[in-house]
Amino acid sequence: MTTISPAAGTSAAGRPPAPHVPRPTLARTFLAMMARELRVLRKNFVSTFVRVLMQPLMFVFVFAYVLPKIGGGAMAAGGGSGATFATVLVPGLVGSSIVMQGVMAVVFPLMMELNWQRSITDRALAPLPVPLLAVQKIAAAGLQALIGGLLVFPAVLFIHADGQAPSVHVDNWPVLVLVLVLGSLMASAGGLLLGTLIDPQKVQVLFALVLMPMSMLGCVYYPWAALDHVRWLQIVTLLNPMVYVNEGLRAALTPQMDHMSFWAYMGVLVVSTALLTWSATRTFTKRVLT
Amino acid sequence: MTPSPEIAVRTVDLHKTYSGPRGGVQAVRGIDLEVRHGEFFGLLGPNGAGKSTTIGMLTTLVVPTAGEASVCGYDVVKRSVDVKRRIGMVSQNNTLDSDLTAFENLEFRGRFFGLGARDARRRADELLEMFGLTERRGGNPFELSGGQAKRLMICRALVHRPEVLFLDEPTAGLDPQTRVNLWEVLRGLQAEGQTILLTTHYMEEAEALCDRVAVVDHGRVLASDTVDGLKGSTGADTVITVSYDGDVPDGVRALDRRDGISKVELGEGQVRVFATAPDGLLGELVTAAASAGVTVTDASQLRPSLETAFLTLTGREYRE
Ligand SMILES: Nc1ncnc2c1ncn2[C@@H]1O[C@H](COP(=O)(O)OP(=O)(O)O)[C@@H](O)[C@H]1O
Ligand SMILES: [Mg+2]
Repeated sequence: MTTISPAAGTSAAGRPPAPHVPRPTLARTFLAMMARELRVLRKNFVSTFVRVLMQPLMFVFVFAYVLPKIGGGAMAAGGGSGATFATVLVPGLVGSSIVMQGVMAVVFPLMMELNWQRSITDRALAPLPVPLLAVQKIAAAGLQALIGGLLVFPAVLFIHADGQAPSVHVDNWPVLVLVLVLGSLMASAGGLLLGTLIDPQKVQVLFALVLMPMSMLGCVYYPWAALDHVRWLQIVTLLNPMVYVNEGLRAALTPQMDHMSFWAYMGVLVVSTALLTWSATRTFTKRVLT
Repeated sequence: MTPSPEIAVRTVDLHKTYSGPRGGVQAVRGIDLEVRHGEFFGLLGPNGAGKSTTIGMLTTLVVPTAGEASVCGYDVVKRSVDVKRRIGMVSQNNTLDSDLTAFENLEFRGRFFGLGARDARRRADELLEMFGLTERRGGNPFELSGGQAKRLMICRALVHRPEVLFLDEPTAGLDPQTRVNLWEVLRGLQAEGQTILLTTHYMEEAEALCDRVAVVDHGRVLASDTVDGLKGSTGADTVITVSYDGDVPDGVRALDRRDGISKVELGEGQVRVFATAPDGLLGELVTAAASAGVTVTDASQLRPSLETAFLTLTGREYRE
């Protein structure tokens, strides 16, 4: 046990004359918080992204490499336009990674911050309005989602059996960037909303009841248009926000395949990102301020 | 409420009712406080008195249901960001950032408050040095001992040189040696002019540190004064409590007419005497029992202290 004598001479810890109080701008504080997220991301990079990559990696390996090799011909008929299954999977797996990553990047830390020791008070005491703190959380988790999605790209592009290469060509870069960014933000805003509404004992339920069906029925493994054989499901899936990310990516990456119209996916992405951000900001503020 | 420069913290009729499934909990029911710059102010009260709620409202994280509060002249609700810029807060539980090292906890706190990256690192090292934590610089904050973690939290609250430092039960759960060390730290800060508002449920902590103390219970301030003033204003200096296994002897009942005794409270088989001249009184109460043929089951004498003040104010013994 060390003994301490902060009184020793200096006035470093003491009350300074009022004018010496730093006057941080909101932007500076916001950026400093993003810098903290990047520092943490850098430290945990390997563990975080091994987790992100494993599922899509295994998936393309089995469905774009193993199954075609052993003659799983039925799997290769996605899209109805003679496209390989790998072509269907590229946008789907990138999109679902973005959404899953966006939700998890915000929900897991939030469960700790809001409950165990309530360490959120630390961030809430920074000179930033609490709603802006919510926006910062969405931005930070959105960034992780985007990185997660981008990391999946090489895996799904390059792992496939001979003759099963996906055919990807980007016609419209702005659309691609917009879908990636909006999809990331929508997912993290949705994650923040869920994370502030759900109580920590029910996180497992969140995964079982929300994320699992959302990704299985998110038009990841088939384009939405192909669902017209199961009309009711085609309509029900319109409630799933992940569908619009995947369809948007289909339009941007594999335009030769059936995909939703620009106004459909872009409209929903913009509106739901805005709505989710707005409501998550409110629920977050309610949880932080008592 | 007009801001006045010499007042660091002010509350006027502050209320907080938590809404819950089983109706509201009235945690704070009309608290008025005034803390001047440079002062070491204590909120003393038992568990559940409303101390954390009050400090929560002053640090903008708990929203008052009625009344007003301001820090350095800024309203805690309408100008919360201005308030946050000027305060440091050490909460009761460990809210250190477990994703960062001890050093990074300070570094980023500095950056949140507008320091440049280099200044923030310099300030972090300076504080670690000052608080004897340099060896723990790269460690995880959850590997620190209780006293070290508390010191790191104090460092973190001081990074941006706040005008008012709030501490919520800073020594709760610490061993006596660590507690005394922490008292030294806090005294050192005050000596440099740091305004401090601390809550505690330890009487001796309030006595040891604070210039002025507000005694709170059930969400209200019972009395607010200097430690000496509180002891003096209670009217009785020493409190003697004696319990009997039968009725209180008759001789005891007549005591309140005697000089040097301010009050006699009679309870079921118990008498409590508030006296300014307590010499020999305890013996007398015991003897009275013997001559009345009852047995004394318990006897205690409390010297003048905040504890006797609390007893006089509330009629209840202080429960920590
Ligand atoms: N978030 C909350 N929701 C509901 N009731 C609360 C909450 N926080 C505190 N209380 C209640 O308010 C009262 C005062 O609590 P608190 O301010 O923590 O007291 P202290 O810090 O003096 O021990 C207690 O009855 C406590 O149970
Ligand atoms: Mg408390």
